[in-house]
Amino acid sequence: MSYARALRCRKCGQEYPLQPLNRCDFCLSPLEVSYDYKAMARWLSREGLAAGPRSMWRYRDMLPVEGEEVDIGTGFTPLVKADNLGRELGLDRLYIKNDCLNPTYSFKDRPVSVAVSKAREFGFDTVACASTGNLAASVAAHAAKANMRAYVFVPSDVESGKLVGAAIYNPVLIKVDGSYDDVNRLCTEVAKRYNWGFININLRPYYAEGSKTLGYEVAEQLGWRAPDCVVAPAASGLLFTRIWKGLDELAMLGLIEPVNTHMYIAQAAGSSPIVNAFNAGSLHIHPVTADTIVKSIAIGNPADGHYALMVARQSGGGACAVDDEEAIAGVQLLAQTEGIFAEAAGGVVVGALRRLAASGAIKRSELTVAAVTGAGPRTQEILADIVRPLTVQPTIESVEESIGTAV
Amino acid sequence: MAKRQVMFTFPQELIREPIIYSLGQQFKIVTNIRRADVTENRGWVMLELEGEDGDIEQGIAWVTSKGVRVDPVAGDVVEG
Repeated sequence: MSYARALRCRKCGQEYPLQPLNRCDFCLSPLEVSYDYKAMARWLSREGLAAGPRSMWRYRDMLPVEGEEVDIGTGFTPLVKADNLGRELGLDRLYIKNDCLNPTYSFKDRPVSVAVSKAREFGFDTVACASTGNLAASVAAHAAKANMRAYVFVPSDVESGKLVGAAIYNPVLIKVDGSYDDVNRLCTEVAKRYNWGFININLRPYYAEGSKTLGYEVAEQLGWRAPDCVVAPAASGLLFTRIWKGLDELAMLGLIEPVNTHMYIAQAAGSSPIVNAFNAGSLHIHPVTADTIVKSIAIGNPADGHYALMVARQSGGGACAVDDEEAIAGVQLLAQTEGIFAEAAGGVVVGALRRLAASGAIKRSELTVAAVTGAGPRTQEILADIVRPLTVQPTIESVEESIGTAV
Repeated sequence: MAKRQVMFTFPQELIREPIIYSLGQQFKIVTNIRRADVTENRGWVMLELEGEDGDIEQGIAWVTSKGVRVDPVAGDVVEG
């Protein structure tokens, strides 16, 4: 059973029933799911959780789902000790949470699994989203599994690999011929007009909760403890806040010691409104027009930016922006040290790690977890110039000559 | 009648101008402020606009042309 009891406004505390609803009617702030933690604490134990399925659904009792979940095998992704990368960066206890290994190759499967489960519970027969790729693929895949219709809106400049990644699940794929702002405006109107479960609009409070499982898993995989530092990418800021919430909840439930984790936000320099606000000492996020190749985190007006900023501040963490060149270098370094091929957002995380370690913000001995949230193969365009094969004749002599030259 | 929830972000040079008042007067839009933070050198206001669709569109275009940034309150809907 679920211990979710209401939707609660993050700003003014106004409560609403558990319905498809995203914003507070009074102050227009985002709503989030609140739980009966007292009852939850009585029921949950480390042993009980560890005995669950090897997926995010081992934490089902901490999620707001009543009915049967829509699960395509998401979660419990590897937490890898990254000794080679750590040596390069000067970090002795570095771990990578490899969320590239989810069914549709990104962490989005976590929130979408919860959102589509709720959509079915609420009686929707159609789900929808607006996405530059990862969310689109995940929504389409979960809709296929749930026998629901999916409408997926994408901007006109989405990479072809990302389109294929969504189209394979046969959603209604709608390419919007307009600017990024046009897509935003259109989808807000569409969400108002149709009775659909719009994954990151009317289902957003539930969608958000799925991301907590990344935080739960990290703690469990570390032997039921929170790391000293977490570095995670931020687009809307939702994942970042929910990793923190996941750790915080585990402590509140008595499953881990009180959390003293420093949370660091990583953004692409061409779209870094949260980092800008952090550096300016501001509490308000000023939207920007995104301009970066790191499209999966290119969000100029982040819905949860304020809350991500608060987490970075209150946890004694920080914020770091990385330019496109550093992001590409980060993708290559991660692949060449740990064998993990991440998308550019993973490169941003590695670039941020490098800066934070070099500046001493993260100390060599601190147990640090970096969240790598999406896989690289769908966005190969950004790496086209790394393919430089040796061309040989089909003779040993030719091979030896080429290898000799290459060495 | 349509409703639109938006956030206005004001640059310093527009802080002293009665933009929201003028919006209501010129475009027959009812403006309903829900949250705001305005200081002497910058400010933002979250508000609900109510009126005919065309009037709201024209009003937003006018506000934008004055130099105010207009964003949906829910942030960007497009995600990665």
